[in-house]
Amino acid sequence: MSDPIFGRLEWSSFFVHEFIAAPSIDSAVAAGAGLAVVVGGIALLGVLLRYRLWGRLWRDWLTSADHKKIGIMYIVLALVMMARGVLEGVAMRTHQATALDGGILSAEHFAQLFSTHGTIMILFVAMPLLIGLINYVVPLQIGARDMVFPVMNQVSLGLTTAAAALIMVSLVVGHFETGGWSAYPPYTGADFNPGVGPDYWIWAIVLSGIGTTLTGINFAVTIYKSRAPGMHFMRMPMFTWTALCTAIMIVYAMPPLTAGSLMLALDRYLDFHFFTNDLGGNMMNYANIFWMFGHPEVYIVVLPAFGVFSEISATYAAKRLYGYASLVFATMAIAAVSFTVWLHHFFTMGQSASVNIAFGIATMIIAVPTGVKIYDWMATLYRGRIRLTAPMIYMLGFFILFVIGGLSGVIQANPTVDFQVHNTLFLVAHFHNVLIPGTLFGMLAGIQYWFPKAFGFRLDERLSRRAAWLWIIGFCFAFLPLYWLGLLGMPRRSASFSDPAFVPWMYVALAGALVLLSAFFTMLQMGWVSVRDRKRLAVPAGDPWDGRTLEWSVSSPPPEWNFAATPQVYSRDAFAVEKEAGHPYLPAQRYADIKMPNATSMGMAVCIAATLMGFGLVWHIWWLAIAGLLGMAASMIARGFVTQTEHTISAAELEQAHRDWLDDVANTRAVTRDEETSPGNRGLAAADVVP
Amino acid sequence: MTQDTPLHPGLNLGAPHGEAHTRSEPVIFGFWVFLMSDLILFGILFATYVAMRNGTAGGPGPLELFDLTSVAIQTGLLLLSSLTYGFASLLLKHGNGQRRGLMIWLIITAALGLAFLGFELTDFHSMAQDGGVPSRSGWLSAYYALVGLHGLHITLGLLWIGVMLVQIGVLGLNCRVKTRLLMLGLYWHFLDLVWIGIFSIVFLAGVA
Repeated sequence: MSDPIFGRLEWSSFFVHEFIAAPSIDSAVAAGAGLAVVVGGIALLGVLLRYRLWGRLWRDWLTSADHKKIGIMYIVLALVMMARGVLEGVAMRTHQATALDGGILSAEHFAQLFSTHGTIMILFVAMPLLIGLINYVVPLQIGARDMVFPVMNQVSLGLTTAAAALIMVSLVVGHFETGGWSAYPPYTGADFNPGVGPDYWIWAIVLSGIGTTLTGINFAVTIYKSRAPGMHFMRMPMFTWTALCTAIMIVYAMPPLTAGSLMLALDRYLDFHFFTNDLGGNMMNYANIFWMFGHPEVYIVVLPAFGVFSEISATYAAKRLYGYASLVFATMAIAAVSFTVWLHHFFTMGQSASVNIAFGIATMIIAVPTGVKIYDWMATLYRGRIRLTAPMIYMLGFFILFVIGGLSGVIQANPTVDFQVHNTLFLVAHFHNVLIPGTLFGMLAGIQYWFPKAFGFRLDERLSRRAAWLWIIGFCFAFLPLYWLGLLGMPRRSASFSDPAFVPWMYVALAGALVLLSAFFTMLQMGWVSVRDRKRLAVPAGDPWDGRTLEWSVSSPPPEWNFAATPQVYSRDAFAVEKEAGHPYLPAQRYADIKMPNATSMGMAVCIAATLMGFGLVWHIWWLAIAGLLGMAASMIARGFVTQTEHTISAAELEQAHRDWLDDVANTRAVTRDEETSPGNRGLAAADVVP
Repeated sequence: MTQDTPLHPGLNLGAPHGEAHTRSEPVIFGFWVFLMSDLILFGILFATYVAMRNGTAGGPGPLELFDLTSVAIQTGLLLLSSLTYGFASLLLKHGNGQRRGLMIWLIITAALGLAFLGFELTDFHSMAQDGGVPSRSGWLSAYYALVGLHGLHITLGLLWIGVMLVQIGVLGLNCRVKTRLLMLGLYWHFLDLVWIGIFSIVFLAGVA
């Protein structure tokens, strides 16, 4: 029975215990990972205290309701989690390279690795990356000052961070779930898995799921209600369109995940029988509910990447986006059809052939709008004046590799083929082949593209290009061999195998994983070098790439209020049109007082309370769970009584700041696109747009 | 913009309310979006319930466990509470900032909601005594999750009404409080709608 104070937490739950009890490579890897979290946490705390950064961090970032800062914090969270996800990928490749009749890690440990890797990469890397990017960019693109619900935005980040914290804590205390990122019962039910692993998964999923739902609502309402005057739907930048479709999909697709994981929680905690083998339970309900979320999720994470590629293809080809309307309709078509294909994740689970065929056809149909988009981007590049900067290198990799990944998906949409390759590494190759060249390359290209907007200086171009090539090459070596291994018949998630024919390909994949690791480190180096050289790379005038949309019409970094006066929009590509007409950078006709949201500790309060609640639930420390829940409720109720939620910024201050910046722009030397990666680029583009 | 132009679906405060009217536009719209998302949550549980309808595993079924008289009373109480909330909304819109009547209607609404919850919990209790506990079968699990989720929403609604009563007292009928009362109204009527689904699909279809 569990202890009233510590629940089922014991000394043996801590990460070093197993290593001390039974030292081996396996337990050393686990202990090392736990140690890394602890040391990393202490080091972070030490730096904050040593350099007295705590106050600034709290005032300027953690309590800020500014969408730009929240967006950046999302991306930082994603990069931290990505470091772990990439390292886990390398650990898995290393293990499988040695896994002929054995392997260096235990099967249990390997299972934890693929479960955390999947959960982290989808929900704590891809999602925070795109949510961060949308948070940062969309209000600037539509001429808004902030999200409609700035405090809710903070709460969303708080819940996502709490969920991520639980996953990190699982390295130190206890262990994570072993049933993959989809956590199928009955294996993850109480009968087969009474430990804490599935509970960590459940509460991480529930907390981040609620946070993400709130984010989706926030994005959708902001895009519907906060567009600048004149920005009709068909004048919105393409990235904003994809953000809108993603937001709508989030609103509809996250509740199934929340419902499914809470039902699993009821099974585990209160002896319900939704998904058990006995007493009328039916795990197929779980498979259906999970993939009702899971398949739209695939498009939730890829649509914003399509939005990024739309923006960068137009900017770096210096042309209007080709086929704007077709891109809009293709995006909406993908969003709608993505809700009708979920069953292709379990063609082999016993439904009739006609049901399988219906979902197979729906799956193939979704490739059509995606194909439309690829052609649109190619047509945008056609006869453009292309600069092969780092985002374009990512796009190049995306073009070729994503098409391969998409086509391998169309192959599997045929149920008869799926029966052959189902549950093999072929599938693993396929979804990495769409997620990495699609989502990840898109997000990295987007970060590369908008980084100067956010921080006021460009990223070092040489290292950026090197990182892009390493990602592309590393991907090819790490994942293309898996197609072949899958066709050879190697099941996915195998801790060990007995066919020596697999071994050479495993080493190729390991080499690829190491290249990917070096790509990640090159990115870190790129960040370091760019910060060091930030004076040389500075672009205060705000338009380093000759951008086309409103976010480039303000300074870099933008002021807290984004726009000194709300812009009036007359066309698509509003800023490019202004530049063509020869009158960008004008003072506003009239400046007016504006109200901006106050800083609040609401988000942090929810974050801490949610983390405690999650931890209490995982370890059956009921008082802690109740305290966390009450803490969340209390902070929400207390927030309702706060009356001063906004501060006013005077027209005079706005005008002063705006005119100062306009003076700086007037004194900046404009550069042509040929010079845009040279130190001469201070963020003012010379006007020579191809009509 | 004329006084009649609605800014959002549902009851609008109207132009005489000035800032409270215009500022509620995005908030109420956002709340509609939230309700859609919440409805998906219920939808998943409805679908699960229907899929598990035959999963009684030899345990007691709807015919043995449901007490339609109690369910009818609950339905009446809940529908009546929607009506009384409607009166509160009308007073909010047309009452010229008068607080007392508004608070009385809110208290009546809460009392009806509380009575609903009392009958529901009594039903749960008597079902449990007849062996109808969630751990008995998949069907009972789905039943308690669906009906319980609705009950949990009602409980949160009652808490919300309580908080609003305090806010009306402490803060007065300011812009924010008015918007929140509009949201609470949508929420309360939404729960009625869900209940009608539960009444038809769970109870009526259960004993049909």
